[in-house]
Amino acid sequence: MGDEAFIEVDGVEKVFDVRRRTGFLKRERRRVQAVDSISFRVARGEMVGYIGPNGAGKSTTIKMLTGILTPSGGRLRVAGIDPSRERTRLAHRIGVVFGQRTTLWWDLPLIDSYRLMHRMYRIPDARYRENLDRLVELLGLEDLLEVPVRQLSLGQRMRGDVAAALLHDPEVLYLDEPTIGLDVMSKARVRAFLRELNAERGTTVLLTTHDLQDIEQLCSRVMVIDHGRLVYDGALAGLHEVGESERMLVVDLERELPPIEAAPARVVKVEGPRQWLAFPASESAAALVARVAADHPLVDLSVREPDIEAVIARMLHSPAESAQVPREDVGRVIS
Amino acid sequence: MFEGLRAYRLIAGMWVRSSMTYRTSFVVTVVGNLLLTGMDFVGILLMFSQVDSLGGWSLPEVAFLYGLSVTAFGIADLVLGSMDVLGARMRDGSFDVLLVRPVPVLAQVGADRFALRRLGRITQGLAVLGWALSAVDVEWTAAKVLLVPVMVLSGAVIFGAVFVAGAAFQIVAQDAAEVQNAFTYGGTTLLQYPPTVFGKDLVRGVTFTLPLAFVNWVPAAHVLGRPYPVALPGWTTYASPLVAAVCCAAAGLAWRAGLRAYQSTGS
Amino acid sequence: MGAGRLYLAVAVGGFRRYATYRLATAAGVFTNTVFGVILVFTYLALWEERPGLGGYDQAQAVTYVWLGQCLFATLAIQGGGAEKELMERIRTGEVAVDLYRPVDLQLWWLAGDLGRAAFQLLGRGVVPFLFGAVFFPMTLPTDVGRWAAFTVTLVLAAVVSFAIRYLVALSVFWLLDGTGVNQALMIAGVFFSGMLLPLNAFPGAFGEVVRVLPWAAQLQMPADVLMGETGVSGALAFQAGWAVVLLAAGRALQSAATRRVVVQGG
Repeated sequence: MGDEAFIEVDGVEKVFDVRRRTGFLKRERRRVQAVDSISFRVARGEMVGYIGPNGAGKSTTIKMLTGILTPSGGRLRVAGIDPSRERTRLAHRIGVVFGQRTTLWWDLPLIDSYRLMHRMYRIPDARYRENLDRLVELLGLEDLLEVPVRQLSLGQRMRGDVAAALLHDPEVLYLDEPTIGLDVMSKARVRAFLRELNAERGTTVLLTTHDLQDIEQLCSRVMVIDHGRLVYDGALAGLHEVGESERMLVVDLERELPPIEAAPARVVKVEGPRQWLAFPASESAAALVARVAADHPLVDLSVREPDIEAVIARMLHSPAESAQVPREDVGRVIS
Repeated sequence: MFEGLRAYRLIAGMWVRSSMTYRTSFVVTVVGNLLLTGMDFVGILLMFSQVDSLGGWSLPEVAFLYGLSVTAFGIADLVLGSMDVLGARMRDGSFDVLLVRPVPVLAQVGADRFALRRLGRITQGLAVLGWALSAVDVEWTAAKVLLVPVMVLSGAVIFGAVFVAGAAFQIVAQDAAEVQNAFTYGGTTLLQYPPTVFGKDLVRGVTFTLPLAFVNWVPAAHVLGRPYPVALPGWTTYASPLVAAVCCAAAGLAWRAGLRAYQSTGS
Repeated sequence: MGAGRLYLAVAVGGFRRYATYRLATAAGVFTNTVFGVILVFTYLALWEERPGLGGYDQAQAVTYVWLGQCLFATLAIQGGGAEKELMERIRTGEVAVDLYRPVDLQLWWLAGDLGRAAFQLLGRGVVPFLFGAVFFPMTLPTDVGRWAAFTVTLVLAAVVSFAIRYLVALSVFWLLDGTGVNQALMIAGVFFSGMLLPLNAFPGAFGEVVRVLPWAAQLQMPADVLMGETGVSGALAFQAGWAVVLLAAGRALQSAATRRVVVQGG
């Protein structure tokens, strides 16, 4: 492990020709700049979060890095290899996990998929057995190996997919939304594993996610892409500062009341007896709850963590626009 | 090449094991496949229940064409027949998974949904071919005997090339998978009937443009001693392997172009 | 909303869903046209050899071929209409939700399938038929009455076709896997509808039998009405009879299936 650049991206762009139907038979040709002159370097052993709104160019970048797509311009090297020219050679050195689609064989026991990887990647027997044992142990797959994949839960399947992507000792692992749809326990398990993998093997990890906690717990470095351009590249802490991230306390009161006053929190939305209070992420939620509860009749409450989109939105746009309510699906934390 | 065949074998093996997990379903589909593919021949038998010849060819002669066409198509269908799921794979994004593996994509696509139930068509084709060989009135020479396996194998390769070209077309026009059926299923149906039945233009088209005629029509006309409706030099009787090789090369180029188009558009 | 309007809306929904796949429809048109051309030449050779086979002359045989290509997708002769989705819903258990809806399950699916059939006829069936009419000799009636009667036979054919497929789909309640019945449906559909050869041209006693099976209501009846080969009232009665019998059978099977779901607790 040195700090030689393992992934080199220089002024890479990707332009799509999109044909869109505009009438019954009319079509319109449009050039869409999906990725616009992006440059970055990733050193061996780094764990980097790659985030941005939907359609910003995240997966296009990943597809270019894996050789699935050919860049329209610029220079791109992974381990010194031009991915789209030498896709199959590169495949031996990279691992890819697509969060929403499995690469495992639906009707067969999990172990069968691993045996296929063993032979497809020509992994030496001893190496395969050693890697399999280690991955099974770290990802808790002991009891799942003989179970047909279709019977696995989403979390189990994701762990199975992660193991499948690592059997051949890839030097870099690309993860596309690795924790999407997983329960809290499964997320924690996948994250713990990735930290371990990085520490033990020095595997370079590049992950896209919508879950800020993935980044917080895994990545020392974050790259933000928006409209095809790299708009931030640096430490997560810096991103928080830039974005002045806020959390949201949602309270259900016994009855409709005027907006609660509890600075530094401010009410951003009132809907009948329910109120939304935005407060800086750095403030203690417990203290705020205690203060609100002291003089208001609370029925129920929840705290919503800022999701990545809200953080990015705050960073990209003026503060005035950013008083939006974070997405509802972040979940309850306290009750 | 070797790497591709090896990958093909591995993936096909996985699909066979998958299908074995539903045993009853497997048996049902094998039987169903046999019946389904045999239905065409029942149609021909129905026709011959009303007439003694079709386009001047007798039932054993038509059965000879049928057996050759179906067996050759059956082999191509067994080996590459699931290429029509390619469009679906591109729509749901799982095609990308194939591109990050260290083996040729064509081998992976070809082996996709490999299913032994397709042996049904080959079995049925061989049965009809066997009967036809015993029933046709031919003075067998060594060359004519040799032409039979040559036709089946070259025919399988020609149909295989059509499948690959069809797959390449699907990369460009994903929803148009059915166009492929016109050339594959349509092709094998066409070749089940004597060339004398069809219009001259159509025969010329499948002789010179999309040379399906070399699957069976051209060599079989020679074997049976029947004139071919379009004038051809004598050596073309034995040209099927050459035509098959040319088809393969063309299909290979089409596939490469399709894959490149995907890599630059992401479809 | 009145019940009639509800089912009309369902039918429109069925039409629209298929209408979104324009490229697939164009591909289907192409394929049907190619098959039509192949079949026309073989029929011409057959009728050359046996003029008047099945009571048809050459032009009528050609008309029959193109009508078959026109109705192949419309009547889902090989399967692949509403029953496909219904089978999937039964297999996954989602059908339990449908059973508790305040609508009639059979009518609901019938309406959706008729909407699909209407689209397949207009989007996919008409073009190959016109292609045939332009490039091959065909026998088409000139009086409006015959076309009107033909239209009625098409509607009835669509209903019979649905009724057969509905029965097949419901069998999945007991069989749990639709692979086998789907294949049986496909084979029976293609063979007994007369896609290979007009049922009129089937020989002997076998011909007598296939001409009274419900599949005869799908292609043979509309073809004969269009070409004036059979009495209109007789054809309509034949189709309506099978429609009533099969829909009633579907209803009986449906209530048996409902009881089964209720007993299993969904």
